[in-house]
Amino acid sequence: MSAPQANCPSCGAPVTFRWSSAVQTVCPFCHSILVRDDLNLTNVGKVADLPPDPSPIQLLTSGTYNNKKFDVIGRIIYEYEQGSWNEWHIVFSDGTSGWLSDAQLQYAVSFLVPNIALPSENQVFRGTHFNFANIDFEVSTITMATYKGVEGELPFPFYGKSNMLFADLRTPSNDFATLDYSDQAAPMLFIGKTVPYEALQLQNVRQFEGWA
Amino acid sequence: MSSPLVAPPIAKTKALYCPNCGGPVEFRGFGHALTVVCPQCLSVLDASSTLLKIVQQAQDEQSRRTPLIPLGTRGKWAGATWEVIGFQTRSVEDEDITYEWEEYLLFNPYKGFRYLTNYQGHWNFVTPVESLPERRAIGSRPAVVFEGVTYKHFSGAEATTVFVLGEFPWRVKAGEEVLADDFVHPPLVLSSETTKDEVTWSKGEYTSGSDIWKAFALPGSAPKPQGVYLNQTSPYAGKVGGVWGLFALMLMALVVIAIMFAVLSRGDTVFDEHYHYATSDRGEPSFVTKVFNLEGRTSNLELTINTNLQNDWAYFNLALINEATGDAFDFGREVSYYTGVDSDGSWSEGGRLSSGLIPHVPPGRYYLRVEPEMEGSEPPPAKSTPAAAAPATTTNPQSPHPNTFKARTLPVKSKSVYYEIVLRHDVPSYGWFWIAALLLLIPPIFSTIRAASFETRRWSTSDYSPTSGGG
Repeated sequence: MSAPQANCPSCGAPVTFRWSSAVQTVCPFCHSILVRDDLNLTNVGKVADLPPDPSPIQLLTSGTYNNKKFDVIGRIIYEYEQGSWNEWHIVFSDGTSGWLSDAQLQYAVSFLVPNIALPSENQVFRGTHFNFANIDFEVSTITMATYKGVEGELPFPFYGKSNMLFADLRTPSNDFATLDYSDQAAPMLFIGKTVPYEALQLQNVRQFEGWA
Repeated sequence: MSSPLVAPPIAKTKALYCPNCGGPVEFRGFGHALTVVCPQCLSVLDASSTLLKIVQQAQDEQSRRTPLIPLGTRGKWAGATWEVIGFQTRSVEDEDITYEWEEYLLFNPYKGFRYLTNYQGHWNFVTPVESLPERRAIGSRPAVVFEGVTYKHFSGAEATTVFVLGEFPWRVKAGEEVLADDFVHPPLVLSSETTKDEVTWSKGEYTSGSDIWKAFALPGSAPKPQGVYLNQTSPYAGKVGGVWGLFALMLMALVVIAIMFAVLSRGDTVFDEHYHYATSDRGEPSFVTKVFNLEGRTSNLELTINTNLQNDWAYFNLALINEATGDAFDFGREVSYYTGVDSDGSWSEGGRLSSGLIPHVPPGRYYLRVEPEMEGSEPPPAKSTPAAAAPATTTNPQSPHPNTFKARTLPVKSKSVYYEIVLRHDVPSYGWFWIAALLLLIPPIFSTIRAASFETRRWSTSDYSPTSGGG
């Protein structure tokens, strides 16, 4: 994997991309949000101090999914009425990228399903069934969320959004999907599976005081 | 040079102060808490920011419950360490009875949240379910299928939060209500909680209190469970079939023993003679047979009388007499056989053949004394009466047989019978077999009844109780 490098337009510090397809990153020194257009970096804002976060996952945590190794290279933190959750951006050794979500320590790995016709926001209710990828999904929760922070490298520019609608879809087994209406004009579908913590075989996780 | 990634600091537990009473409020869940309860004044506080806000001021001291497992206690369960960080009691009401149970929130910073529930000494270790169990029905009764297991609906009721303590990663306060449904497949229970926004599922596994006491190193011993709980494993589960299986095995053994007896029994025919008797015969009807020999062990002797009777009866006074000692074993056999045709078709009653067993006959030389009687026979001779010696030629209508009362008034023709007496020594008998088989039936029938009664007790508190209206 190539590691393109540039300098932060805000503070001048060198900024390295671990994933060549990354479109956005955060300057580790001045916390500016930098969006990349080829090698030109544009400073689009600053990340406020990230809230204290209880996720055991952190940047550069590595793990395994479907017998493939991945590294955590970025994340989006969302806030909603019942707290907050993390979407960790993970990159596999073959360059594919996906998401490891951690919602109250319940974990799911999912991947963007491109080029698929999706229902509009107002067609999605709890209990509605949708068939995606030959799987019968049922909408289990609808969440209105707000952007709370970003960290590391992302596959698309993402910052400062609020009132985003998410629909979680589940099945009788561990299939899992999310309909993401953060861009109402271009909703996104992520399909994957819920995964128990042990199965992820995470390395380089955070330490918790009193928990060796 | 690559970007220096500054690792987040080690997550630490924190303590804040209660906005109601100013007392310290400890956190054990590293920022997962949305709700925390002040341990001093029992106020329920919003913990979504470091500025704690009062959600519910000072829960009623009356509702205070003391958790059996204190907050902060850690234990090992299913290969991981869990810390009790929250405690709540909830209740449902059914026909004016309030059922209240305890819920302990367990936390591991990597693996997340689990629960322990306790109702009257019945414990469950509960794991959140992220899938949507499939709803089905067994007859008219709702059921759900999850991980290939079918769970039967047990009960559904509004569950009210009575008391909260510690911290929770969701918003909670006393008095809140959810619709709680339980589906059972002992020792598992699948529970759903329905609010207007979502349905959440969890899976509980029945656990003994003593295992929890051990896992959490609690002092003393676990309270004894009361009654039968909805997903408690029946002590008879899977055993009833085994008891019946054992019954089948023992019955087979019994059959084998019976066959061995049949094979080992000599069953020798020691005597087989043909006779004829007629009421018109002159002379004493009783006679003694030739002597026969019983060899081998003391055993039974089977006597069979085979006659040619047709719509008639005969009675045989018999005595088995030991030639050496003169000991006699007296007995009698009646043989009667009637057939005919009536509006229901042909019928028959009795049989031409009669047999019986004389038990415990020691080996030795024996003979029989035989005295046949039929309708019209002379009355049995009284030994002291000289008349008894009179020739039996008269057609005295007097009969020892009560069925033949008509004979008292009607003249009777002379009757006769051809008969054969067969004696077999040491024959197999099967009476003990049937008694033993019946005795063997007792344990399986007993455990079947016990198992059924356990299930009746389990379902007596469900919505499907046959003994109550349910809720």
